[in-house]
Amino acid sequence: MKRGLLWLGAVLVLAALEPNLRGLIGAYNYQILVLIGINIILAVSLNLINGFTGQFSIGHAGFYAVGAYTSAALVRYAGPSVRVLISSLPTIAQDAVLLLMGLLGAALVAGLAGLAVGIPSLRLRGDYLAIVTLGFGEIIRVLILNIDAIGGARGFSGIPQLSNFFWVYLFVLITIATVHNLVDSSYGRAFVSIRDDEIAAEAMGVDTTRFKVLSFVISSMFAGIAGGLFGHFTMYLHPNSFTFVASFYVIIMIVIGGLGSIEGAVLGAVVFTVVLEMFRGFGAFRLINFSVLLVLIMIYRPEGLLGSWTLIKRRRKAGAT
Amino acid sequence: METFLQQLVNGISQGSAYALIALGYTMVYGVLKLINFAHGDVYMFGAFMGFYIANSSWFQATMGSSVLSGVVVLLGAMVLASMLGILIERFAYRPGRSPSPGTLSFWFGILGAGFGYLLGQTPGAVAAGAFVGIMIGVVLEKWGLRPRAQSSSLKILIIAIGVSFFLENGGQQVFGADPKFFPQIIPTKVLDVAGLSLDSQKLTVLGVAIVLMVLLNVIVNYTRTGRAMRAVSFNLDAAKLMGINTDRIIAFTFGLGSALAGAGGILVSLMYPKIDPLMGILPGLKAFVAAVLGGIGNITGAMLGGLIIGLAEVMAVGYGQSTYRDAIAFVILVLILLIKPTGIMGKGMVEKV
Amino acid sequence: MIGEYGSLTGTTATFGISTKNGIEMALDEVNQNGGLLGKTVRVIVEDDQGRPEEAQTVVTKLITRNRVVALLGEVASSRTLAAAPVAQQAGIPMVSPSSTNPAVTEVGDFIFRVCFIDPFQGFVMAKFAAQNLQLTDVAVLRDIKNDYSVGLADVFVENFVALGGTIVADEGYSEGDTDFSAQLTSIRARRPQAIFVPGYYTEVGLIARQAKSLGIEVPLLGGDGWDSPSLIEIGGEALEGSYFSNHYSVDDPSPAIQKFVSDYRARYGQTPDALAGLGYDAAQILFDAIRRAGSTDPVAIRDALAQTKDFAGVTGVTTLDENRNAVKPAVVLQISDGKLAYVETINP
Repeated sequence: MKRGLLWLGAVLVLAALEPNLRGLIGAYNYQILVLIGINIILAVSLNLINGFTGQFSIGHAGFYAVGAYTSAALVRYAGPSVRVLISSLPTIAQDAVLLLMGLLGAALVAGLAGLAVGIPSLRLRGDYLAIVTLGFGEIIRVLILNIDAIGGARGFSGIPQLSNFFWVYLFVLITIATVHNLVDSSYGRAFVSIRDDEIAAEAMGVDTTRFKVLSFVISSMFAGIAGGLFGHFTMYLHPNSFTFVASFYVIIMIVIGGLGSIEGAVLGAVVFTVVLEMFRGFGAFRLINFSVLLVLIMIYRPEGLLGSWTLIKRRRKAGAT
Repeated sequence: METFLQQLVNGISQGSAYALIALGYTMVYGVLKLINFAHGDVYMFGAFMGFYIANSSWFQATMGSSVLSGVVVLLGAMVLASMLGILIERFAYRPGRSPSPGTLSFWFGILGAGFGYLLGQTPGAVAAGAFVGIMIGVVLEKWGLRPRAQSSSLKILIIAIGVSFFLENGGQQVFGADPKFFPQIIPTKVLDVAGLSLDSQKLTVLGVAIVLMVLLNVIVNYTRTGRAMRAVSFNLDAAKLMGINTDRIIAFTFGLGSALAGAGGILVSLMYPKIDPLMGILPGLKAFVAAVLGGIGNITGAMLGGLIIGLAEVMAVGYGQSTYRDAIAFVILVLILLIKPTGIMGKGMVEKV
Repeated sequence: MIGEYGSLTGTTATFGISTKNGIEMALDEVNQNGGLLGKTVRVIVEDDQGRPEEAQTVVTKLITRNRVVALLGEVASSRTLAAAPVAQQAGIPMVSPSSTNPAVTEVGDFIFRVCFIDPFQGFVMAKFAAQNLQLTDVAVLRDIKNDYSVGLADVFVENFVALGGTIVADEGYSEGDTDFSAQLTSIRARRPQAIFVPGYYTEVGLIARQAKSLGIEVPLLGGDGWDSPSLIEIGGEALEGSYFSNHYSVDDPSPAIQKFVSDYRARYGQTPDALAGLGYDAAQILFDAIRRAGSTDPVAIRDALAQTKDFAGVTGVTTLDENRNAVKPAVVLQISDGKLAYVETINP
């Protein structure tokens, strides 16, 4: 009951903010908030596989891309016919239906991609897994580059703008809630056991392959949703936005915040997006300063900004029960 | 048939380019278990150093177009590239293993120089900024800010990514982001051999690559330092216990690998004369794939891997679609990792519990 | 407050830089003569690094954060195509100096261009190849990642075949590639009399070199994407005898052009290429439209732009038709003795 009320409250707050936000903080800051939200979804979902399950994946941008393009293509090509079907609803509801349809498609296809990539790759460990996921991410990108129907190398334009602050942050909440519940459950304990010592987990009877693939698929599904939200906001997609550099960015987000904690991922995403945007003032030195900052953080505080903070919180919670 | 042979020749040329970069990658991974993402950018740096040397007034005055001038440019670039590699190891990777004094001063010095440039475009401003940065670094270190000597490969990987971004964007600032044209210091003659067009330049490049590979093999397998390198790659702690100065060996490995990358930069720029600060990203990745393909840590494997990837790419473009070119290397990567992760020439790994 | 976006860095950096210079000259001229509507004109320049998604981002920033009333850009059709929908949706007029792909102005009625379009340019080179050079067999090497290149190649093929010619090979590459030996080897096997390379100068220069080193002696043909001071630097002697279509020729004796050329040379130390000329004209036309509109309201500017008629610029007389395209003649230039030589003008 309490949970339901919390959700209702959150939805109402978001719905109230949405139409007024642009006026309050300006179109530019609105855009940044939306971007932060999308990055949070990406970071939290990647954290599931990298932070909690300990499987080092650098292919997240691939699933992000798959989701973005699937959603865009669905809405672009199937949208008009669906609109006719639901023409009795007000436009806002029509848009919502279309967006949800697109995101559903995005999650499904991205999840399938995650399955396709995960099953063969997760037999590898450590650095090798990292590289193979990098490879898959690039292959996905080149494949998209060659499909003309979704724009290919020219980019996919004309995507209707269906997502906005409300939808993005609604899904942020959904993502965080889902991952949190997952981690707190027996599944989560399995994930963490794999991260801590895979061989021991296997010896204890945990079906490591099943759980690794599961966390991979869930993670890619959310990445796909993030992609759909992204495409429907920027109204334009180009494979260049989904290179391995994009995957690196997500990894940087979760490491800056602190691996293995949802709060860390959220903080990391926020800090990353804000800092990168702030550094625009430095003009050409933007990425130079950013990269030096990154190196220094990794040298002097590799456990991330939050570091072990959440561990304490968790232990306290366990101690209370 | 003649076209096929010509494509074969093209592929070998392209492949030797990847092989050169792969050599450095494989060495560094063998010794440090580190995927040095910045390696591709050292290659770029070598190319630019060669560019500046060849365009410098001293060079123009004293050297003409000849083999000697080529050697001068090559050696110069290799030395400068190896210096960059050693710097990177010292101030970016070593702090990940041990408390390295001076790290903060180094990085803050760079930041300071950048700010100095932003505020006032004179060399004086840059120097002043650098000085301020270095001072800040000294103070911070006096206060006790030390690196965390917690060795996690993820952390070092991200540092490598950071260094790579830094070199790419720094290069865009310092060298200018528009592509430059590499001077043709080795004269090129088109030889018509049995209907095939062979470029004397490409033959030279292939030859130099082979010489370098042989040299590397000699150093690693027949010298004391080489033996120390192999010991470190086998077991870092045991090597330390045996009295090997691991820090020095690691620095040497980086220097050597970077010199090779620099050589790669020069040789590739002679064949494909367009250079720009981002030229190292994709070749760097593909060279890494080549190293994995050949068996990471194995020198001959790296050369073999490079050739295979070069050939595969050229064949794919010649007989298929050119947009898939970049995917070829990654498809090969995925295949080899799934079929034989230790690579063509690698040995099997047993994971100890 | 006007926004400008272009590729100041990246493989087509000279495009952005030349255009920016041209716009700068126009800007200074207008401000020295009292500005527009009594106010100083400011142009904010953003670099899109030659990447379409970056073009979209910076244009969004220019519109939302800097609140520009009009936009100048881009040179490359693929980047303009990425950014145009944003401008169209926001109701901000955009004037492209040199994007020649027809799809650009089809995005909406706030998008204009001051140059000819590729259906015309492709026809120009096809006609030149078939009739002036009397060629029957031509190969095509296009940049498949680039709308401009693909569009121009398609038009060339269509027209050349209609004029009785044969396309013996059609190969592709991607912008940023450095190795074209595979494609050139395939082309060589078909023995063309010329190769049509409607790409950008960086790749064209490299292609010319590699063609020569593979023993291909036939001339290359191209479009306005070749136009850059760096073209000959990169291509060297391999480009001798090749031809390309362009917007204007520096050798044109008309006084307006000669004054522009000498002013540009004095200020930037280089001969202005067509992109600088088009940048100059695009800015001038925009300023003229603002004057005629008498206000800085974007919609009013748009309406005034749509009525541009017989504007005499350095790249010719510009009239914008009902599709917001310019109807102008093209020139064909040949590379001889390391310089661009005027060959002839072809009128629409």
